[in-house]
Amino acid sequence: MPRIKSPAELEEFRKGILSKRDPQKPCIAVCTGTGCIALGAAEVVAALREEIKKQGLGAEVDVKVDIRETGCPGFCEQGPVIVIYPEEICYLQVKPDDAKEIIAETILAKKVIDRLLYVDPVSKEKSIRESDVPFYKNQTRLLIGNNIKLDPKSIEDYLAVGGYTALVKALAGMKPEQVLDVVKDSNIRGRGGAGFPAGKKWEFARNSPGDTKYVVVNADEGDPGAFMDRALLEGNPHAVLEGLLIGAYAIGAHEGFLYVRQEYPLAVDNVTIAIRAAEDLGLLGKNILGSGFDFSVKVHRGAGAFVCGEETALLRSLEGKPGEPVARPPYPAVKGLWNKPTNINNVETWANIPLIINKGSKFFTSIGTEKSKGTKIFSLVGKVKNTGLVEVPMGITLRDIIYKVGGGIPGEKKFKAVQTGGPSGGCIPEEYLDMSVDFDELAKVGAIMGSGGMIVMDEDTCMVDVARYFLNFLSDESCGKCTPCREGIRQMLKILTNISQGKGKEGDVELLETLAETTRDASLCALGGSAPNPVLSTIRYFKDEYDAHIKDKKCPAFVCKELISFYIDPDKCSACMICLRKCPVDAIIGGKKQIHVIDQEKCTNCGTCFEVCPSRFGAVRRLSGEPVPAPIPEEARNLAGESK
Amino acid sequence: MSEILLQIDGKEVKASEGMTIYEAAKSAGIFIPTLCHHEKLTPYGACRVCTVELETAGRTRLVAACVYPVERNMVVRTRSVKVGKTRKVILEELLAHAPDSEDLRRLAREYGADADRFEKEPAFCILCGLCVRYCAEIKQKYAVGFSDRGPRREIIFIPEVASKACWDCKECFELCPTSYAQAAYVLTEALAFPDRASASAPEE
Ligand SMILES: Cc1cc2nc3c(=O)[nH]c(=O)nc-3n(C[C@H](O)[C@H](O)[C@H](O)COP(=O)(O)O)c2cc1C
Ligand code: SF4
Repeated sequence: MPRIKSPAELEEFRKGILSKRDPQKPCIAVCTGTGCIALGAAEVVAALREEIKKQGLGAEVDVKVDIRETGCPGFCEQGPVIVIYPEEICYLQVKPDDAKEIIAETILAKKVIDRLLYVDPVSKEKSIRESDVPFYKNQTRLLIGNNIKLDPKSIEDYLAVGGYTALVKALAGMKPEQVLDVVKDSNIRGRGGAGFPAGKKWEFARNSPGDTKYVVVNADEGDPGAFMDRALLEGNPHAVLEGLLIGAYAIGAHEGFLYVRQEYPLAVDNVTIAIRAAEDLGLLGKNILGSGFDFSVKVHRGAGAFVCGEETALLRSLEGKPGEPVARPPYPAVKGLWNKPTNINNVETWANIPLIINKGSKFFTSIGTEKSKGTKIFSLVGKVKNTGLVEVPMGITLRDIIYKVGGGIPGEKKFKAVQTGGPSGGCIPEEYLDMSVDFDELAKVGAIMGSGGMIVMDEDTCMVDVARYFLNFLSDESCGKCTPCREGIRQMLKILTNISQGKGKEGDVELLETLAETTRDASLCALGGSAPNPVLSTIRYFKDEYDAHIKDKKCPAFVCKELISFYIDPDKCSACMICLRKCPVDAIIGGKKQIHVIDQEKCTNCGTCFEVCPSRFGAVRRLSGEPVPAPIPEEARNLAGESK
Repeated sequence: MSEILLQIDGKEVKASEGMTIYEAAKSAGIFIPTLCHHEKLTPYGACRVCTVELETAGRTRLVAACVYPVERNMVVRTRSVKVGKTRKVILEELLAHAPDSEDLRRLAREYGADADRFEKEPAFCILCGLCVRYCAEIKQKYAVGFSDRGPRREIIFIPEVASKACWDCKECFELCPTSYAQAAYVLTEALAFPDRASASAPEE
């Protein structure tokens, strides 16, 4: 590849790429992100290639169809996902066996294959184009929408969709101060958790004394349910690099680091390939595009702990020290990596920068609420029909995300709460579903934007158990350095565990609140600072569930095993023997024409019988907070002769 | 160094740039309790017993006095109700592990901390890190370190290093607020290098 020495040469190069591409030539884009690969996308690609050969398309010199292996477009649940251009036909849950038909029907005969289309579960309507699928239609996919349009391993693909134009605009036409002003005016706030205005942070780093400065991409993504940073880095690494380059130029940094979570090998691969390609083209290195600006970047694999995503811990880890938070101030902008001024931003924050430079701060501020601008990618999971990554404008209501994009709650269940912000987020009840998604609004109701985790919970969720679950995670992930976090979480977890086991006492809720307050206010870093959110928000909105557990020893959602029992209603049992066979611990006594009875001593409350009992009988009852009726006497169990 | 004026407990205090709140308070005769702080060591900010209330731009929050640098016109309260409540809970949490520590008991009396509020889980160590940091920063031996994280965090003497470095030092024992450092060392010695325990002089 030629080393490009000026903006004009880059444009020439881009033109060259575009002139060789025929937009009308069929192209099958197959998502080969981590999610789709797990569902067999690699086999689908192989089968498609095989079919192309078999059906004679590949034999010609000028291959009549392209296959593009892309990053994640977000609808992981329906993977492997493919989109066929130019018509933009979207097929979901594609299997290798479908390859033959796809090539023969869609590519050659230009016919849509109905059975591979998305079908709306309610209206039964089919969507042909990607942009018609309700899951996508209700999103604003400024960042993640590009993933399906490019092969992340190809810098030409990125250039073909207008990549690196923002860099050219900045380097060739703007002073670093001007770039900084645009980013400040855009009001973009950090996407990694705290929502600090990125422009302000850049300015601190820029104004900090010192010649050596660093920029860092936080791609640690330790939040267990979130994967938007992975999707961006895997699917569009050049966008993150371009953002980083622009930031480095504005701040006056010449070296950058990408701190990538250990468990993201594909992201590491793709970003490493992207860096090589950018270096070869001269978009990284010395005197980039003849501007006199030098910048190089290195990839660092994370240490694998949640707390390593905290910026001070991350920087220590980059220095080769234990990844433990240290006190701020001094902030990284003043004293960061190796004590030099350092600007650290989240992957998604960096990925927004090219867009802001290209389209201007006005465009960016036209999306969102007064204090939260642009889009945000959420990882929508839990009890919702469509799960996956969703990119929505700030200010959208939670209800629209859950019902319009997410398609609502499956199985006729009732919505109970949505937890935003990852393990240390807060649970928001139904009454706030119409609030708009915004950093400050979420904080007001006791939740956080966090990194964008969004877990939907239905009526079968026990909120005490939810709090216990997240505190358990946080207890494992606290670094243990400071007392209020280490000990506060330990004590809160103990109390929550006791409550969920029926050992709750009067005063436990108040003690939880005291501990939560100390942990929140006195911890060294934001892990401790936010860890009480799951506890405080569930107490705030679901106090009745705490009371039921503590006072009545009852779990209203029938989740806490120690507080529930199962009972077979002798009047309804038809002795079908299904539960008897399925019970994993042989706790069901019964037989042919013998009313079944659960041996409460043996029963582990796994709930299998409740699930398998045919709904036409509905004989298994869940009990909580009330005694189990005595089993009917053996002599009364015989159903023989009865007309039932 | 430029002079910085701030207010601590209603008193005007002069400090110089780079000082911590703890140091500024001390220079003005205001005592802030600490457990993990040591004059010779880099401030660590882990025990949080030195928590004070800081008011800036009309907003108050808690910060650790031992690590927080002084700034112009700061308003600091070392004895507010909130500070007292916070220190009390922190002491109670620590007392669950080291109920017999004299340092803790003295502070507990002062802050009305109930040593029995939380179920006892005697680990004896309160993870102040004085031994670990003293060994690393002053002695530069790294014979004792932290292992694991969260509630499983503990200090461990690294046998290979401790067997050579510790026998004629043991200076960290005196720093330890609970006497656990000594116990941990003796245990390591007994398990990992018992010969060294009985030998009275170095082998070299
Ligand atoms: C426990 C903890 C974990 C964090 N993990 C991440 C993470 O995985 N990725 C991330 O970008 N920020 C994470 N953060 C936030 C960072 O400390 C920091 O605020 C962020 O990287 C700044 O970038 P932004 O301003 O672009 O959001 C974490 C914070 C805490 C307290
Ligand atoms: S708040 Fe938790 S994670 Fe942060 S320094 Fe303290 S113990 Fe470590």
